[in-house]
Amino acid sequence: MPALADLIEADRQVEHHAPWRRAVVAPKAWNLAVEQLVAGRWSLLGLWGEPGKVHMALLDEAQGIGVISLDCRGGRYPSIGQYHPPALRLERAGADLFGLAPQGLPDTRRWLDHGQWGISHPLTARPGVPAVAPSYRFLTAEGENLHQIPVGPVHAGIIEPGHFRFTAGGETVVRLEERLGYVHKGIESLMAGAPIERAAKLAGRTSGDSTVAYSLAFARAVEAALGVAPPPRAIWLRALMAELERLANHLGDIGAICNDAAFAIMHAHCGVLRERVLRAADTAFGHRLMRDRILPGGTASDPNEAGTDAIRSLVAEIRRRFPHLVELYDNTASLQDRTVATGRLKGELARQYAAGGYVGRASGRDFDARRDLAYAPYDQLTFDVPVLQEGDVNARVWIRVREVEQSLSLVEQILGRLPAGPTLVEAAAPEGPREGMALVEGFRGDILAWLRIGEDGLIERCHLRDPSWFQWPLLEAAIEGNIVADFPLCNKSFNCSYSGHDL
Amino acid sequence: MRKLLFESLIRPPLTERPPRASNAAVDELALALDGMARRKLGRSLSIRAVDAGSCNGCELEMHALNNAFYDIERFGFRFVASPRHADVLMVTGPVTKNMREALKRTYEATPNPKWVVALGDCAKDGGCFAGSYAVVGGVSDVVPVDLHIPGCPPRPIEILKGLIALLDGANGKTGAARS
Repeated sequence: MPALADLIEADRQVEHHAPWRRAVVAPKAWNLAVEQLVAGRWSLLGLWGEPGKVHMALLDEAQGIGVISLDCRGGRYPSIGQYHPPALRLERAGADLFGLAPQGLPDTRRWLDHGQWGISHPLTARPGVPAVAPSYRFLTAEGENLHQIPVGPVHAGIIEPGHFRFTAGGETVVRLEERLGYVHKGIESLMAGAPIERAAKLAGRTSGDSTVAYSLAFARAVEAALGVAPPPRAIWLRALMAELERLANHLGDIGAICNDAAFAIMHAHCGVLRERVLRAADTAFGHRLMRDRILPGGTASDPNEAGTDAIRSLVAEIRRRFPHLVELYDNTASLQDRTVATGRLKGELARQYAAGGYVGRASGRDFDARRDLAYAPYDQLTFDVPVLQEGDVNARVWIRVREVEQSLSLVEQILGRLPAGPTLVEAAAPEGPREGMALVEGFRGDILAWLRIGEDGLIERCHLRDPSWFQWPLLEAAIEGNIVADFPLCNKSFNCSYSGHDL
Repeated sequence: MRKLLFESLIRPPLTERPPRASNAAVDELALALDGMARRKLGRSLSIRAVDAGSCNGCELEMHALNNAFYDIERFGFRFVASPRHADVLMVTGPVTKNMREALKRTYEATPNPKWVVALGDCAKDGGCFAGSYAVVGGVSDVVPVDLHIPGCPPRPIEILKGLIALLDGANGKTGAARS
């Protein structure tokens, strides 16, 4: 059994790739890596293209992280998705954006390209003329008396757009197929050639609910590339923002999941707590969602005493109110009846897809970038990573509940030890091309950022991988055999990002 | 649950005092609206949210309008599940090329009289996504817009002010149906 480190050392290592290593490998080593993925020894963290190249980020839980790259002769490379399904949609997206053709890919339908852009392969040096978009053929289901329910892209609520195609036998879902890409904004193309400040703004607008986590992932990748160390106070403030974002989203989700089971009182009370988090964030950092508050090199704002006091009283308020809500959830049989054993995701699937966040942790995948990669300041903080095995809606609620409690403790620890000093350092222009990478734990799971900064100090290529890439396909699996009416409940318990995925 | 419900009876409400309609929004409305009578609609407006490509930040603040602090329904605004039930389309995001058709169809499915509110900086002109191969631009590039509420995302209170202005501005004017 090869170790990831050996695989990378054996081949052409790329200079100036930090903090983990990258190697350009031969097809043989590429295939060896795919074998490790199939055997479940390594996890796929990301797969992205460049003109004529494809990169794969891998996690070997014992050995750490590495990136391997393959030159695609004639724009072709051996498909990973044919052996390791989590790569399927990533390969389809790479084909749409870069014209890279995975050989042996079992599903060659377009993914992000709906035939509306007016060009094809927009991220290549010379985009082509648009090919006629073939009509999208949804996967079939066979059996007597099956019917289809098309839903979206415009949904019946305040939700992002996407299409769901249900095939149902009576009330029971036989197959769900998602079609996404409706909110594809071309963020990676806008970043190419952009100054770092503009790219940072775009990164913070990849998925609005995770604006802190995305800004942090982008900033950390830039800092890794340029060898910049942000001031200690900035590092701690960033973690403070990240935990506030996690609190706001988890509180909102817990209420919203219960609301989808028609239990509105939880929604109302959780909504109040969520609003209090946003208001405290506004007082401390000057923006309710803390957008554009994290920059490469540090942070853009520094809370004064009134700000930290607002966060302290927020923690006290949540500690006072939240336990009653948890008790209410736990003691309401009619609500439990909806969430227990609903939308069960098997542990094997969660591991195969390296599902991050509450989706993975509710199905037994014990991974949290804050603990396992121990980036500062989490290496100096004490917290637990809750893990459950059941994998149902109920488990995903409980993971959130436990994480709210952990985040409250983290916020207190951070406030107690917040160092003084400046919050921003200037980064010097690089002497040559530099590559950087970061993996940051957002509320939804681990967000990957990878980028190359050119000699001119501009972003040459930046790739952002939302945790939803590996969660959306699992929703299709989790809903199977459930009734159509439980779909909103299952969907909300996953709460995948459309914008983060479509990019 | 009984305890929580009982507490709600004796605790003072969290709901804030209604904000005044924003002046800028009122001015914009005076221009944008050839008029629509409030007497036609009563004091209620049904809103259909359409995400035409946003990052979902604006959606979060739209959700916040329903919480106890803003309690949007006390003003007669309601989020509805279908464009067929709507008076107002509240559209967010730069309109992506992949959503252009869906936005148009949603607009066409909304009965007259109707208004379109473009929410957020991206909805005005595409914001920081303008110029992308995948983005059409602002909402007004696809459907006629009556009111724009700026912000990234706009605070719930700003959305509320804009909507109240929409209702006040509509008062006493005659309807101009759009085909």
